[in-house]
Amino acid sequence: MSALLNKKYLPFYATVFVFIAIFLIGGAMYKNFLTTRVLGNILADNSFIIIAAIGATFVILSGGIDLSIGSMIGFVGVSMAVLDSMGWNPLATAVLMLAFGFAFGAFQGWVIDGLDIQPFIITLAGLFLLRGACFMVTINSVPINHEWADLYTDIKIRLPGKGLLRSSAIVMLVSLAIGIFVAHFTRFGTNVYALGGDKESARLMGVNVRRTTVMVYAVAGLYSALAGVVYALYTKSGYPLAGSTLELSAIASVVLGGTLLTGGVGMVAGTLFGGMILGLISTLIIFNGSLNSAWILISSGILLFAFIVLHRFLVGSFDHNRQ
Amino acid sequence: MTDTNAKTGRFHGLLQSRAIWPLLALALILIVDGIISPNFYDIRIVEGRLFGNLIDIFYRAVPTAMVALGMAIVIGTKGIDLSVGSIAAISGAIIAWRIQAGDPHGVVLFYAVGAGAICGMWNGGLVAILGIQPIIATLILMVSGRGIGMLINLFYGGTNPSFQSDLLQGLSTGSIAYIPTRLIVFAVLFVVVWLVLRRTALGLFVEATGGNAAASNLAGVNAKLIIFVAYVICGIMAGWAGVILTADTHTSDPVSVALYIELDAILAVVIGGGSLAGGRIYLGMTVIGALVIQALTTSILISGLPPEYNLIIKALVVLFVLVLQSEKARRGLMTKLWGKA
Repeated sequence: MSALLNKKYLPFYATVFVFIAIFLIGGAMYKNFLTTRVLGNILADNSFIIIAAIGATFVILSGGIDLSIGSMIGFVGVSMAVLDSMGWNPLATAVLMLAFGFAFGAFQGWVIDGLDIQPFIITLAGLFLLRGACFMVTINSVPINHEWADLYTDIKIRLPGKGLLRSSAIVMLVSLAIGIFVAHFTRFGTNVYALGGDKESARLMGVNVRRTTVMVYAVAGLYSALAGVVYALYTKSGYPLAGSTLELSAIASVVLGGTLLTGGVGMVAGTLFGGMILGLISTLIIFNGSLNSAWILISSGILLFAFIVLHRFLVGSFDHNRQ
Repeated sequence: MTDTNAKTGRFHGLLQSRAIWPLLALALILIVDGIISPNFYDIRIVEGRLFGNLIDIFYRAVPTAMVALGMAIVIGTKGIDLSVGSIAAISGAIIAWRIQAGDPHGVVLFYAVGAGAICGMWNGGLVAILGIQPIIATLILMVSGRGIGMLINLFYGGTNPSFQSDLLQGLSTGSIAYIPTRLIVFAVLFVVVWLVLRRTALGLFVEATGGNAAASNLAGVNAKLIIFVAYVICGIMAGWAGVILTADTHTSDPVSVALYIELDAILAVVIGGGSLAGGRIYLGMTVIGALVIQALTTSILISGLPPEYNLIIKALVVLFVLVLQSEKARRGLMTKLWGKA
């Protein structure tokens, strides 16, 4: 019980509370808001952001940052679409893309640890590199027509009420479960927390810093690539500008989910609610109909501000100076 | 460690060697350009203003260089400002709004730059007073700033309002004595920032704060105030970039104006030898960094390569410069080449 009341988890509880509160407010304002149909749609529409954000959670827990997420989503999307038009099976391209994401992330992690350069700058180069690669693959919007893609999008689970759990939402929930398991029940997960808490102490305790860093970015690359696959199959197309600035939404989801950007504190499960809060806000503003989309940006900013200040005061007592 | 001690005597020489890489990179790019396109260095006078590829590189680098100067100071305090693009968007929206409201254009300019200063105060307050990590603190304005710009447009003038202003457009696209005005504006801003930083103790205090905030606080430097001021200067520079970019198209377009300028500006600082770990400000080298980025873009355009290659080549050059600057990589390379010497 005392573990449950740990101050570390307060941001997570706050996130869940805010999510439920916004959902209830929406229900009070609009008749058809508080339904599993809306919930299912929010889960499906934001699945790729949340998947990418799960990977970003690992990076941020380790005290790093990954800016290459959006470009990875775009690159995976155009590659899938172009390979599809060349007659490849979507399943084969998906596996190839996941392997690519893992390898690319591992390379970024290797450079970050090997050359001792800030992750911000290396993954920024990764952002440019992958976005440039998108344009080299194609500069057009390419459709995905394979029958397997249709099979995938047809997978649905009925929820109580009129809601549907679509395939992308299912993929997201499964990858979330795997992420939670890896973060909290494996040695790798423990090492990630240790690394984010204090790199030097982690090293002295026997954590293999290089291997953990490489793995963290590899996992993030894998999740970003998976987000790209889900996005491509969900929209059934590849577009070289797809996913621009999505890394920001992913990082915002992680922060709203209660993970500290200083590393070492946070929960993978929180990221789900962080991403869902962002999805809820845009759904509410779309439900309203008369509000401009500018309000999505502004209200996300206000929420971000509130949460960051909350974190600051809740965890200020055990906050240490960042690296 | 003894290695470092031996080098302190040649500290000046070391500084020079740090500065040589970005300059070499710039020279190399320009030489390659000359080989690709024989009349690359031609400069001619058209309609009372200098034209040519070299001028064009300076001309287009101005907004990034402006933002990069402010960014260099913020990075000097061990901070970072992700919101500069959003600040430029807000400043542009305010220009369109106040010009349509009928204010004198000189006052509008003041408002636009002042909005940048206010945004800088917001960032500085979050970082210095609330003690929030810079990357998160400035993320807030980065996410919401373009929305604020869109709202200002929405309330006053509709989507992407355009405007006419001889003063502002003159500052951005005009010329004085054959020289593009924006280069003069930039030169003035550069001199002001340089004077404020190097002819007062501010620069020293910023570098002390970035090097070790706690130690400089004990030494009597008001670290919080210094950090705050750094973000305000950065906001003002971003406001100026907003003025130049918005006046260039005489349209306020908050969604796409100065998109990714924060990334280019941070790159310019890093290429110029600044470390994200703080404690150092190289104003001149930062400008060189911005020029390297723009020269690269221009040379890809004139080389006839499809513009799609732009980002890839940029990324590879950035990686190359970073590897050259990485102590660890250089030491590793030395050991490989000359054994354990």
